[in-house]
Amino acid sequence: MNETVVIIGGGQAGAQTAVSLRKEGFSGAITLVCEEPVLPYQRPPLSKTYLAGELPKERLFIKPAAFYEKAKIDLLLGVRVNAIDTQQQRLALDNHQSLPYSHLVFATGGRVRPLHCPGIEHHHVHYLRTLADVDAMHDKFKPGKRLVIIGGGYVGLETAAVAVKHGLEVSVLVARPTALGRVTSKVVGQFFEQVHRSAGVNLQSNTDVECLQGNNEEVVLTTRGALLSADLVVVGIGLLPNVELAESADILCEDGINTDQYGRTSIANIYAAGDCANHPNAIYKRRMRLQSVQNAIDQAKTVAASICGKNKPYIQIPWFWSDQYDLKLQTAGVNTGYDEIVLRGDPETRSFAAFYLRAGRLLAVDAINRPAEFVAARNIINKNLVVSAARLSDESIAAKALASPQDTTSPT
Amino acid sequence: MIKVTYIDHAGTAREIEVEEGVDLMDVAVDNLVPGIDGDCGGVAACATCHVHVDPAWQDKLPPMGEEEDAMLELADDRNENSRLACQLKASPELDGLILHTPIGQH
Ligand SMILES: Cc1cc2nc3c(=O)[nH]c(=O)nc-3n(C[C@H](O)[C@H](O)[C@H](O)COP(=O)(O)OP(=O)(O)OC[C@H]3O[C@@H](n4cnc5c(N)ncnc54)[C@H](O)[C@@H]3O)c2cc1C
Ligand code: FES
Repeated sequence: MNETVVIIGGGQAGAQTAVSLRKEGFSGAITLVCEEPVLPYQRPPLSKTYLAGELPKERLFIKPAAFYEKAKIDLLLGVRVNAIDTQQQRLALDNHQSLPYSHLVFATGGRVRPLHCPGIEHHHVHYLRTLADVDAMHDKFKPGKRLVIIGGGYVGLETAAVAVKHGLEVSVLVARPTALGRVTSKVVGQFFEQVHRSAGVNLQSNTDVECLQGNNEEVVLTTRGALLSADLVVVGIGLLPNVELAESADILCEDGINTDQYGRTSIANIYAAGDCANHPNAIYKRRMRLQSVQNAIDQAKTVAASICGKNKPYIQIPWFWSDQYDLKLQTAGVNTGYDEIVLRGDPETRSFAAFYLRAGRLLAVDAINRPAEFVAARNIINKNLVVSAARLSDESIAAKALASPQDTTSPT
Repeated sequence: MIKVTYIDHAGTAREIEVEEGVDLMDVAVDNLVPGIDGDCGGVAACATCHVHVDPAWQDKLPPMGEEEDAMLELADDRNENSRLACQLKASPELDGLILHTPIGQH
């Protein structure tokens, strides 16, 4: 039988699925359909080195064009999948063609969460998800320009850091009491707020935008009765998973497209990976949808294995990184539900780790300029070790030694 | 031009001519060298660009940073010749460099 895999979406998950299928020895046809008219690329540099002008566009691409040719992976770029017929196993494309499949992979990622407020459609207002988004703001991203960032997540803060370094006048408006409130703890969020403020960012928490008014020159934002003028506004208030196409095909979706630990959706021969997928996590024993490069790559590998009939469950400790100024944050694990935070090192020194525990077990770490603690935490979670809070915070014990089993039994 | 040779675990060698300053993870990805993934894009965050540098070249390499050293702990088959290719740049002193890709990454 001639097997055909069609992958919807050419982000990190879609591209990796194609690559891993060939690595697993899949010999049928592979077609990757992506709405964005560019080779699959990496998003992390979009708010870091690419935004800063330090990385040429070609370096964003996950693989060079020659790779896909050699691996016989057909790329349909600039093409959108409009509808799926799961009975006939066919896709309808927006170029009026239709495509048959024997296995279908959703790697549709997400789109930016829109901000609803009057005046938001002004042409000085941008979002930051795609290469086209970044290129579109390029002309306004200039020294001396006033930038207002709405949203205090990683993308917003990374953008602020690059902008300050580039000589822009930067404000960040955060709706929550603390920046990074959705993704990390108050200690770490406040640490980053402090870092941004001392770099000259006007960071305001508990601040919603009520409306925007603009002319050709500038935009004026109204927040809590105050006015703030900007030459450029960047909105980064989160992501919505692209699930509508799956829902229209009656695939079970909750927060994202539901999969099992093999990446299989509720319909046979249909899989999902990456930002769009919601999986049962074996380590944390609950469903979750993650938005990270690690998750996209590892889930794609799982899906490719499943298609090839090799069951490799997705059991990976999530990890993530963020670069701001001279700081490198590395997160391992998911801290949801922690009941204790243990600090190792002093935030004042801009090098510390925050360990998150529940009932004495390590759930996650945020390591700031502390790669050894990041690695140790991964090992501790992986080996399911119990390491006391006293040991975790004790800097006289090398970070490396924290994850050695023999050390966990010594008296504290 | 600087020559760099990547040898995979099966002994297949790929000799590539590169320009000064390029990152040796990028070179591997661009030239479809198997065993080097470069998942994090070269920021020393993933350890999927782990290589064993031929011992003859050890003295000519730039010293290893704290971050690289920590991240290498995540690589399978780490040994005294281990480096992250994304932290190595082509330079005239490294002309002829030989890098081995570990078996775990294939
Ligand atoms: C600015 C920024 C910085 C980031 N920084 C980091 C970081 O430092 N570290 C980290 O781990 N992660 C980071 N992330 C997150 C990471 O990039 C994502 O988790 C990852 O890209 C997800 O990949 P994906 O393939 O699941 O989805 P996406 O990258 O969203 O790709 C999905 C693709 O599918 C296409 N598509 C959707 N529907 C259709 C359709 N019907 N037909 C055809 N095509 C379709 C979309 O257009 C898109 O191109 C960052 C993200 C952004 C935006
Ligand atoms: S490419 Fe990720 S560590 Fe080198």
